[in-house]
Amino acid sequence: MTTAQQTRTHAIDMKSILRDTKGQAETETSEVCIRVDNLSLFYGEKQALHSINMDIQKQKVTAYIGPSGCGKSTLLRCINRMNDLVDSARIEGRILLDGENIYDKSVNVAALRRRVGMVFQKPNPFPKSIFENVAYGLRIQGINDKRTLEETVEKALRGAALWDEMKDRLNDNALGMSGGQQQRLVIARAIAIEPEVLLLDEPASALDPISTLKIEELINELKEKYTIVIVTHNMQQAARVSDFTAFMYMGELIEMGPTSELFTNPKKQQTEDYITGRYG
Amino acid sequence: MIKSWFKSGNPWVWFTASAVSACLIMVVGVLGLILVRGIGNFWPGGLVQFSYQEDGGQVHEVIGELIDTSITPAAMAKVAGFAMADGEDVLVQYQIKTGNRDVSGSDFRWIQERRIKRQSTPPELIAVERREWGNFYGRLVAVKESGKMIAEGPEAMPVLQERLEAALDIFDKISYLEKKKIGAVNYGLERLRLERRKLELEKRWDADAQQRIAAERAVLDGEYKKFQTELMALYRDIRKDSFVAAADDGSEHEIALAKVVRVYQPNEMNVFGKIGHYFTKFAEFLADDPREANTEGGIFPAIYGTILMVIVMSIIVTPFGVIAAVYLREYAKQGFTTRLIRIAVNNLAGVPSVVYGVFGLGFFVYILGGKIDRLFYPEAAPAPVFGTPGLMWASITLALLTLPVVIVSTEEGLARIPKSIREGSLALGATKFETLWRTVLPMASPAMMTGLILAVARAAGEVAPLMLVGVVKLAPSLPLDGNFPFLHLERKFMHLGFHIYDVGFQSPNVEAARPLVYATSLLLVLVIIGLNLSAILIRNHLREKYRALEG
Repeated sequence: MTTAQQTRTHAIDMKSILRDTKGQAETETSEVCIRVDNLSLFYGEKQALHSINMDIQKQKVTAYIGPSGCGKSTLLRCINRMNDLVDSARIEGRILLDGENIYDKSVNVAALRRRVGMVFQKPNPFPKSIFENVAYGLRIQGINDKRTLEETVEKALRGAALWDEMKDRLNDNALGMSGGQQQRLVIARAIAIEPEVLLLDEPASALDPISTLKIEELINELKEKYTIVIVTHNMQQAARVSDFTAFMYMGELIEMGPTSELFTNPKKQQTEDYITGRYG
Repeated sequence: MIKSWFKSGNPWVWFTASAVSACLIMVVGVLGLILVRGIGNFWPGGLVQFSYQEDGGQVHEVIGELIDTSITPAAMAKVAGFAMADGEDVLVQYQIKTGNRDVSGSDFRWIQERRIKRQSTPPELIAVERREWGNFYGRLVAVKESGKMIAEGPEAMPVLQERLEAALDIFDKISYLEKKKIGAVNYGLERLRLERRKLELEKRWDADAQQRIAAERAVLDGEYKKFQTELMALYRDIRKDSFVAAADDGSEHEIALAKVVRVYQPNEMNVFGKIGHYFTKFAEFLADDPREANTEGGIFPAIYGTILMVIVMSIIVTPFGVIAAVYLREYAKQGFTTRLIRIAVNNLAGVPSVVYGVFGLGFFVYILGGKIDRLFYPEAAPAPVFGTPGLMWASITLALLTLPVVIVSTEEGLARIPKSIREGSLALGATKFETLWRTVLPMASPAMMTGLILAVARAAGEVAPLMLVGVVKLAPSLPLDGNFPFLHLERKFMHLGFHIYDVGFQSPNVEAARPLVYATSLLLVLVIIGLNLSAILIRNHLREKYRALEG
C-alpha cells in the first residue's frame, strides 16, 4: 500500500470488517494463558526484542502486526523456544505458560513444543505420506497402535478441514498436494498432538486468496479449542481473525489491545500511522 | 574474414567442444580396445599347417594358430640381422602359436613368410586344451584304454570325445570330493586341533575333553578314510584312458585324459560350432578356477574376492562415514576446528593409496591383528590368524581410503535439507536426535548413496594398497564358503585388479597370458559398472522417494 488512495480504501475496509467481531472480546471472561514478562532477546550484540510485556488470553486469537524486521516472528518463536536453534541468540526475562517459566532450566524443550505447536510461513510437509505426516508427532511420542493413529489422524484432518478432500489419498506423498492443502496438512499435523497453544507464523503469506480464506475460516474454528497466536503482514487478516492485536515496531511492543479498539481507536500515534499506511 | 570469425566467439565453441571430444575419444578408445581384445580372446582360431624351410635349409611342418603379422622394411630387417635379397622391400613375419610347450620348449614362434613353401588348413588337425603345459596342436593317432588301443584313424575322434566326457565327469567328482568334502574334513580336523590346544593352554585338558575330542576326531577320520577310498577309485578310473597324438615334428605323444580339458578340431567347426565353443570358453572364464599360474582357466575367485571385498568395505565405510558427517554437520559447533577437520578430511582423499596400504599393514595387520591373535587366538600360535594380511584388513584399509568421499557427500546432503523441515519436526516435539533419525537422515540418504557410489568406484579399482594387506596371486579357498562360520574374514583373497597385474606382468608365459589381461580388464570394468549401476539405481529410487521440497 503505497499511494494515499489505497490507504484510504484500506482503512474503510478495516472498519467494515471489524463490525462483525466488535464487542466479542470484551463480553467473554478472559484468562491469561501466556504471560511475557520483561523479555529481551539479543542476537550476538544486536538487541532484537526490548523488554516485552504482554498477556495472551486463553482460547483467543492474538495477532502480531508490524513492519518487516520488527521482531514479531522472533517473539513468536520465543514462545516455543525455536530461538534456541540460533546459536547466537540470548534471552533475558521470562515467558510464563500457565504460570510456569518456559525458560526455566528444568523445562524439557521437546515437551514444551508438544504443548505449543507451530505452523510456519511456507508449508513444510515431510516427504512422507499424508497419513505419516499427521501421525509424525504421535510416533515421536511412541504411539504406534494402528487404531489410535487412524483415529487421531482422521480427527486432526477433520479439524483442519482436510478430511473430505484427502480421505482417499492418505497414502499419497504429501508433496503432491497444492500449497493451500499442504498448509492445512501442516496445521493438522500440529493439532494431532493436541497442543494448548498454536503459533502461526504468517501462515497464509505464501498462498493464493482462496486458500487464504480457507485458512482464516479454519483459524476461527480452531480458537474454540486452542489459544492461537498469529503473525501476519496483512492488517485486514489481523482484523478478520484476531480478538487481540499487538503492534510491534523496532523490537518493541508499541501497543496491544482488543482488535476492534486497536484498529478503530489506537492510543499511540505510531500505531495509527502504521494502520493507516503511513509507514511500514 | 578470420578476424570476424574470431570476434563471433565461434572459436571458443570449437575449442571447448574439441576438449570434450578428446575426452570422449579416449574413453571410447580404452573401452573399445578392452572390449575387442577381451571379447575376441575366446574365439577359436583356425589351425594352419605350414611347410617351413628352417635356417639350415631343411623343410619342416609347423602347425599353429596365426596370432600376429609384422612387416619390417628391408633396411631395418638387415640391421636386425636378417639376410635380405636385393629385390625385397619388406620382411613379412607371422607370429604362430604352436603350443606343445613340452615338446618344443615354447608356445610361440615367429616365421618368415618368404620361407613358407606351402600352407594349408587340414580339417583333421586337433587342438587339445590341457591342464598342464598349455595347448597341444597336432593329429589324433589313436585312443587307448589301460595301454591297449581301442580306436584308431577316423573312428578315433568320436571315441575320444565320448571318453573325454566321461573323464571330465570323473574330474568334476574328484574336485568336488577334494575341495568340498575333504576340505570340510580338514577344516574340522584343524578346528579340533585348535580346540585341543586351547584347552591345554587353559589347563582344562582333562579326561572328559580328551574323550570328546577323540570321539569327534574318530568321526572325521572315518569320513576321511571313506572319501579317500572313493577318491582312489575315481583316480583309477580317470587314469585308465589316454590318447596318442602326433605333433608337427612327427613325434607321437601319449596324453592322459585326466590332464585334458577339451579336444576340438577348429578347422572342422562351422560358425555355430565356433559360437558354441566361444560361449563355453567364456562361461569357463567366469566360473572356473585359474590354471597354470593363472594364465589359463577362469578367474572366478578373483571376481568373487573383488565383489566380496567391496561389499565388506561398504558395510564398514557407510555407517562410519555417515556418523562422522552427522557429528561434523549437526552436532559440532561450527568454527575454526570443524573447518580444520574438513580440510584434513578432504586432504585425506588425496593421499596416495599405497600410503594407506603401508599404514594398513603396519597398524591394522601387525599391531591390531597381532593384539587380536594374542588375546583371542593363543591356540593358533605361532601361525597368525588376524595378524597376517586378509580380507578384513583389506576391507578396513579401503574403508579408510574411501572414508573422505562418504563424509564429504553426506555432509553436502545434510546441508541441503531445508531448515524448514527440521523446524517442522522440532516444533512437533521431536528431539534433535528424533528429527535426525526420522526425517533428516532418510532425506539425506541419496547423498549417502552418492558417496558410496564414489567409494565403490574407487575401491574396486584399487590395487596398490591391497597388495600389502590381503590380496594374493592364488588363494587356496574362497573367503565365503560352506564351512562354519561361512565368512572367513581372516583369509587372503584374489582380486581382479591384482590379477591383471599378476597375469600380465608376473606370469612366466607372458605371450599366452596377454589375451587374458584384456579379458580380465574387461571384466573388472564390467564389475565396477555393475556395482555402480546398482548403487545408482538405489539412489534414484531414494531420490524419487524423498524429493526435497525446494523452491
